[in-house]
Amino acid sequence: MKTPILKLTAINKSFGPIDVLHDINLEVHPGEVLCLLGDNGAGKSTLIKVLSGVHTPTSGTLEMNGAAVSFSSPREASNYGIATVHQFGGTFPLMTIGRSFFVGVEPTKSWGPFSIFDRAKANAIAVTAVRDMGITRIDDGDRLVGGLSGGERQSLAIARAVHFGAKVLILDEPTAALGVKQATHVLRIVNEAKRRGLAVIFITHQVMHAMAVGDHFAVLIRGAVAADFRKGEKTREEITDLMAGGETMANLEAEIEAHQATHDGHAPQANA
Amino acid sequence: MKSTTFDQPAKDAAAPAVLRSSRASFGAFVRRPEMGSLIGLVAVFAFFGVFGGENFMSSGGAASWLNVASELGIIALPVGLLMIAGHLDLSVGSVLPASSMTVAIVSGYNHAPMIVGILAALGLGLAVGFVNGVLVIRTKLPSFVVTLATLFAVAGLTLGLSVILTGSTSVALRSPPAAKLLLGDYVGGKFQVSLFWWLAVVVIVGFLLNYSRYGNWILAMGGDAVSARNAGIPTDRLTISLFMGSGLCAAFVGMAQAILYNSAQVAAGQSFIFNSIIAVVIGGVLLTGGYGSVVGIVLGTLTFSIVNQGIFYTGFDANWASLIIGILLLLAVLMNNTFRNMALSYAPRKKVRVQP
Repeated sequence: MKTPILKLTAINKSFGPIDVLHDINLEVHPGEVLCLLGDNGAGKSTLIKVLSGVHTPTSGTLEMNGAAVSFSSPREASNYGIATVHQFGGTFPLMTIGRSFFVGVEPTKSWGPFSIFDRAKANAIAVTAVRDMGITRIDDGDRLVGGLSGGERQSLAIARAVHFGAKVLILDEPTAALGVKQATHVLRIVNEAKRRGLAVIFITHQVMHAMAVGDHFAVLIRGAVAADFRKGEKTREEITDLMAGGETMANLEAEIEAHQATHDGHAPQANA
Repeated sequence: MKSTTFDQPAKDAAAPAVLRSSRASFGAFVRRPEMGSLIGLVAVFAFFGVFGGENFMSSGGAASWLNVASELGIIALPVGLLMIAGHLDLSVGSVLPASSMTVAIVSGYNHAPMIVGILAALGLGLAVGFVNGVLVIRTKLPSFVVTLATLFAVAGLTLGLSVILTGSTSVALRSPPAAKLLLGDYVGGKFQVSLFWWLAVVVIVGFLLNYSRYGNWILAMGGDAVSARNAGIPTDRLTISLFMGSGLCAAFVGMAQAILYNSAQVAAGQSFIFNSIIAVVIGGVLLTGGYGSVVGIVLGTLTFSIVNQGIFYTGFDANWASLIIGILLLLAVLMNNTFRNMALSYAPRKKVRVQP
């Protein structure tokens, strides 16, 4: 089997006494979409933050293309080609498309002794990049990002990551705040990124969206990988059941009942 | 960074051809961020043109508000840049008299060469700006609180040191003709030379914000400082530089005033604290950062100065000027919000569906 672009081995993360991630083992391959499923509080966000360099894991190893790496900052992770796109896409709603596309890496041209921001070039590249990803409604780089629809903003952010050579694209709940039609646009763009050979980590709790684009699925429950399977190995009902807790939920209910029976009806403490 | 998209043929061959400039149409012109401030300026000018009569429209009348605008403008521009970057600087109100006193004490009271006094005054402005910047970065306190603290600290230092060094709170300054000509003279007997310095600052700040990459950094930092840092923008250095810029400009105005009036007072300059913020906000800069323009700040400065000076040319009691400014500020902010929302909703008329 080929080397995964990103490999997590026994990743643990705790904040003080609270363990958030337990022994996470995952592999991400180029040209594949890994769907990370899980309920709120399952540890998805913490896992993304470990991958994007916001948090360093307490223990465990992170490998890229077979070589161990560690990120001390988000900047370092992005230098390795890991790009994260958050729920609302671009975070600069009052900047123009061209300007926000090139934040931090502005194209310049020299004008006498000065080097000036090349607005025309920035706008042209940004608009072309977004249109190449299939969003043809954007044709003016001087428009403000805040004037775009949620789906368009996601697409702009993804196009930006692809343009700047991202190898691993982390999408944090890209479809959560979107309507059905908008979500379809974003899913189409996820497919386009995959077609271009990027590894995509797609975080969601909408099983339908995951099934539409995923090649490989991992379900997180209370900070541990509860299931790891490939496309076609499980049905939608099985996945939904897993996310909702499934067998663990049944066990938990039994546990609580047993606890209450011996503790005057008091529920057990969380994390006890 | 490698471009991965340009190699691929565009699916829609017409794509690059439809790139349009937003300045082309009237609709886009109306949606420019400074539109609200332009309307405000025209309205205020028309109002005082009618009620101020011939005197207001004469060159003497123009000089009176242009002179005020030039000094305010030199400070409002860097303060506006800071506000676009998400910060405030209240300390300009005490940097200005501190710089006046510095040049007067060094070159007037102690008879050092004029250039030494000027450099000491400007250096003081840079130093206060540097301290502001470092404090804001290190303490992570809102810059409002930090610069409020330095406003009082510098005012206290100025008063204390002036009394210790000279035994007085005002010091006379006799400037050599060259310094007087460049920094503290009237052109045609009416217009202060600070007008030319204001023009220079407009050009510099306009270049920085619109044509250099730093403008993009400032907008991004004001929009979201964390994302900006993650995108590789040296936000700490940028913050310190911007505070040093406003310190330098406030010190420049203080120094030029000392040369113009041939003396320096400890208590000058407090009016610049709020006046600069008012000018910037009337000019359409978003108080929370991330949005604004140089043209807007210039228009806001002119509007403020016309109201401030125009009242003397009308038959009204000058005490009403502050009331007008208060109402104007409120109207301007409401109008700027409207125009900003229009800019946000601006979309091409022809709607093209996402390709199947």
